[in-house]
Amino acid sequence: MQSNVLEYIEETVTRVPDKVAFADDKEQLTFSAFYHGARAIGSCLAARGIYKEAVLIYMEKSPSAIQAFFGTIYGGCYYVPLDEEMPARRIDLIIESTRARVLICDEDTREKAEKLNFEGEILLASELVQTAEDAVALGRIRDNAIDTDPIYVLFTSGSTGVPKGVVGHHRGVIDYIDQLSDVLELDENTVFGNQAPLYFDACMKEMYPTMKYGATTYLIPKQLFLFPIKLVEYLNEHKINTVCWVVSALTMISAFGTFDEVVPEYLHTIAFGSEVFPIKQFNLWKETLPEAKFTNLYGPTECTGMSCYYHAEHTFEIGDVIPIGKPFHNTEILLIKEDGTEAEPGEEGEICIRGTCVTHGYYNNPEKTAEVFVQNPLNPYYPERIYKTGDIGKWNGQGELLFISRKDYQIKHMGHRIELGEIDANVTLVEEVKTCCSIYMKEEGKIVLFYVGDIDKRSLTKALKEKLPRYMLPNVMIALEQLPLTANGKMNRLEMENIYTQQKESRRKKS
Amino acid sequence: MSTRETILDILEEMHSDVDYDTEDKLVTNKILDSFDLVSLVTELSDEFDIQITAKDFVEENFNSLDTLTAMVERLMEE
Repeated sequence: MQSNVLEYIEETVTRVPDKVAFADDKEQLTFSAFYHGARAIGSCLAARGIYKEAVLIYMEKSPSAIQAFFGTIYGGCYYVPLDEEMPARRIDLIIESTRARVLICDEDTREKAEKLNFEGEILLASELVQTAEDAVALGRIRDNAIDTDPIYVLFTSGSTGVPKGVVGHHRGVIDYIDQLSDVLELDENTVFGNQAPLYFDACMKEMYPTMKYGATTYLIPKQLFLFPIKLVEYLNEHKINTVCWVVSALTMISAFGTFDEVVPEYLHTIAFGSEVFPIKQFNLWKETLPEAKFTNLYGPTECTGMSCYYHAEHTFEIGDVIPIGKPFHNTEILLIKEDGTEAEPGEEGEICIRGTCVTHGYYNNPEKTAEVFVQNPLNPYYPERIYKTGDIGKWNGQGELLFISRKDYQIKHMGHRIELGEIDANVTLVEEVKTCCSIYMKEEGKIVLFYVGDIDKRSLTKALKEKLPRYMLPNVMIALEQLPLTANGKMNRLEMENIYTQQKESRRKKS
Repeated sequence: MSTRETILDILEEMHSDVDYDTEDKLVTNKILDSFDLVSLVTELSDEFDIQITAKDFVEENFNSLDTLTAMVERLMEE
């Protein structure tokens, strides 16, 4: 029985040491180089007495960054990947929460790293990798590791403004990767083209199977996602046959007639998720690549990765919704109604997840953890944790799960999971703002911020750029004398949607 | 309002601190990022009733107000 994710690389390095594991446009690492470098990093952490704690990874997306993740695990610690484009304030919150004593950076992020509010040691990955491996120390760490030990903390948007760190463990990842690999039929011939940032759980779909099977992952340069023709040319150049992308990345290609110019020639497996796939775009993909397998994946970070899958074997009618499908083997989905009982087929309920995939919860945040990692309401006999996703769904007549809506104000925007509350919390921090409320115009993909305050939009945007990641910045801002409220005195979001639509119409009429 | 002026308006809404008369590396210098580009394409398509296709998604077309205007005017004629 496998009990440690490091077993993946250890098995593979003996089989195909010289095969390229990870590559981007600047560097590539073979399994052998990856393995030795990771062990060197682990040895360095051990030598500094860093053990069973968080290690911040503040690096650009690269094969070296992934190596640093594994180096951290070799050191018996858990990696906390940071988005190097994240505003300093958000990083501060994460540093505070994880109480990390070590931060690993690269040549490009070093300067920014030194300016952070971080009092611990800053180490350069390229230096760490050169040091000697300490087999004795690594062996000792390994002997004491057990499969429920944490291996990463991934931070997600928090509705009160403080990001929440999800603590994943070996066992959850091993279970997830086993099931995912089955569902997508991954093997040593898989050539991945990664799109997801390394600070989200999405990238685990490429990272871990690459090590498990001795496959290869190309980290696609971010800029290419702006130029769909160049992107497809890249896929062809590297003979990429498997992608697991957010829907927006796929629609970026199909929506602009890219397939009239160029077609992915080697792509046979396309997994997508995180957002609803517009049927028109999905059909375009399906018709262009009729032999390829299209799989919809669904699952929250809190349950390690993905929990449900649906193989889309045919095109759909406009108005249809692609199902989320069935749970992975070894995972159970419970649809729980408000009254705590199970929903019948056709009835709506909150999607709850049960299984090994359920992570440990949020790091250093028992309150938020207790809200969503709860006792299984269908089990009064012994402690059993399930995770409440906040997604509302229902079973169709074929035993397939359909996503209906969110229970709260969490949105998916440009492929990112965002709590509107996090935006509001940060807007409120701006001195001149008295009150605010953001809404999401889903059809248009726009975050609209309503606010009351003596500040113009430009200054407000400038202030927000220092607090929020780029993808959380409101697309439209509307200043009002006061915010519309419902009869109960709550924010009247419906009225805000009307105000936005009216303003848009009148702007259209003017020009 | 001329085409150029309308496009200038749209760009100013996104980033008001740029001199669009002289700046010619909007994309190369990452002044416009992926979110901006997607918004821009949607707004231009709506505003001018044109179809922007993958062939047009090249760095040069989006790098300056002048090249953007040229692209939009060309697509309006098609």
